[in-house]
Amino acid sequence: MTKEPNTFDGRRWHDMGGEAAGPVPTDQHDFSLWEKRVDALMILASTKGHFTVDGLRRVLEDMGPEAFETMTYYERWIASVNQNLIEAGVYSTAELAQRMSEVATRGATYGEANQ
Amino acid sequence: MSATQFMRVRADMPPGHVRTPIYLRGKTGWVERTLGPFPNPEALAYGLEGEALPLMRVRFTMAEVWGADTPHPDDTIDAEIYAHWLEPAEAPHAP
Amino acid sequence: MPHDHHDHLSPSGHPYRADDDHPLTYWQQMEIAVRELLIEKGVTTAAEINAQIDAMDARTPANGAAVVARAWTDPAFRDALLKDASIATRDMGFDIGPMKLIALENTADIHNVVVCTLCSCYPRNLLGLPPDWYKSRAYRSRTVKEPRKVLAEFGVDLLDTTQVRVHDSTADMRYVVIPARPAGTDGWDADRLTTLVTRDSMIGTGLAKTPDIA
Repeated sequence: MTKEPNTFDGRRWHDMGGEAAGPVPTDQHDFSLWEKRVDALMILASTKGHFTVDGLRRVLEDMGPEAFETMTYYERWIASVNQNLIEAGVYSTAELAQRMSEVATRGATYGEANQ
Repeated sequence: MSATQFMRVRADMPPGHVRTPIYLRGKTGWVERTLGPFPNPEALAYGLEGEALPLMRVRFTMAEVWGADTPHPDDTIDAEIYAHWLEPAEAPHAP
Repeated sequence: MPHDHHDHLSPSGHPYRADDDHPLTYWQQMEIAVRELLIEKGVTTAAEINAQIDAMDARTPANGAAVVARAWTDPAFRDALLKDASIATRDMGFDIGPMKLIALENTADIHNVVVCTLCSCYPRNLLGLPPDWYKSRAYRSRTVKEPRKVLAEFGVDLLDTTQVRVHDSTADMRYVVIPARPAGTDGWDADRLTTLVTRDSMIGTGLAKTPDIA
C-alpha cells in the first residue's frame, strides 16, 4: 500500500493571522491561584536565565492545535515550562516523575496535594 | 527626511520557531521604524545564543496583504520583522 | 474541606478563585512538582513566588489609565511617551520590568488596534494579564484581515474616513493605545480623566468613555 503524497505546505497551526473564524468570545474567567503560580514560575525561571519566552512559545507551538483546543492556557504553560526546565537540565524527568507521583498520594484535590 | 524604504518579506516556509507571520510572507511594505538589535528568537527558542539582529517595524497596506478588493485597502498592518527575513524591494502597486 | 489558604487576598480585595475543591488534575500535579523542585534546587523560593504573584496582581489597567490621562493633560509627557514609552512609563513610577513599550496615539483620523496573531503578546507589565478574548483564535485570526468587523463586535463603529492601523505584536515590542480624549472633558484633571480610560480602549477594541456615561 502506498500513502497519499503529503500535502502539508509548511503553515503551522499557531500562525493564524487572516484565517476565518467565528465571533470573538466574550466570556472571561478570573485566574485561580495555581494558574498564577504557573505564571510566576515562568517569569522567575526565565528571569534567572534557565530559558526564554521564545523557548516557552516553541514548545507551545510544538504541542499542536489539539492542545490549544483541549487544554487551558496555563495547563499548556506548565507543560511548556516543565519541558524547557528539563531541556535546560534544571531537574531530570525522573525527578519530576517521582515528585508528581508523590504529590498525587497527598490527596484528591489541589488544596490537599499542595503542602 | 529620508526616502521611504520598501522591504519584501521572504516567502520561506521553514519548520520550527519563527516570528514572521505567514500572511505577510512575500508581501512588500515600508519601514516604519528600525528597532533593536535584538537576539534572534529562532535561536533563543532552542536555548542557543541568538545573533543580535535589527528588528524592523514594517507597515503594509490591506490592499498589499489581502488584495485590491479588500473593503478598506488603505487601512494598514504593522508588524515587527527581523532583518534576515527582509529584502529591499520596489514600491508595491499603488494602494 | 481543606483549603489552600494563600496569605493574602488579591489587590482588588477579592479572594482568589477557588481551585482546590476540584479533583487534582495532572497539570496541577505537575505545577506543584515543578514548583517544589525549583525551590529545592535553589532556583527560587516560596516567598519569591508569592512576591511575583503580588507584583503581577498589582499591574492592572488602572496603571495604563493613569499614563493615558497624563498624556492627555501634559503635552511634554505625551511627547516623551510617543518617543519612548518604556522610559516614560518608568519615569512615571511604574515597574514594567524589561518590557519594551510603544505607545500608539489615536487621533480624529487614525484608530490603532493591537493583536498578536502568533501567540498572545500583551503589555502585561503595565496593564496586567490579558483578557481571555485577546488570546482567542477568533481575535488572533480575524483582526489583521477584518479589523472593522472585529471592532464592530466590540461596539466600535468607525467612519470610513478613519484609517485603521492594526499592529501585530510579533516580536520584542509591546503596545499600548492612547485613545482619543473624549469631548466634553475640558478642564478635567488627570485623576478625573482616568475614570474614562478602559482596558479595551488601550488595546484599541474600545474608545474612552464619554463623560455622560462614565
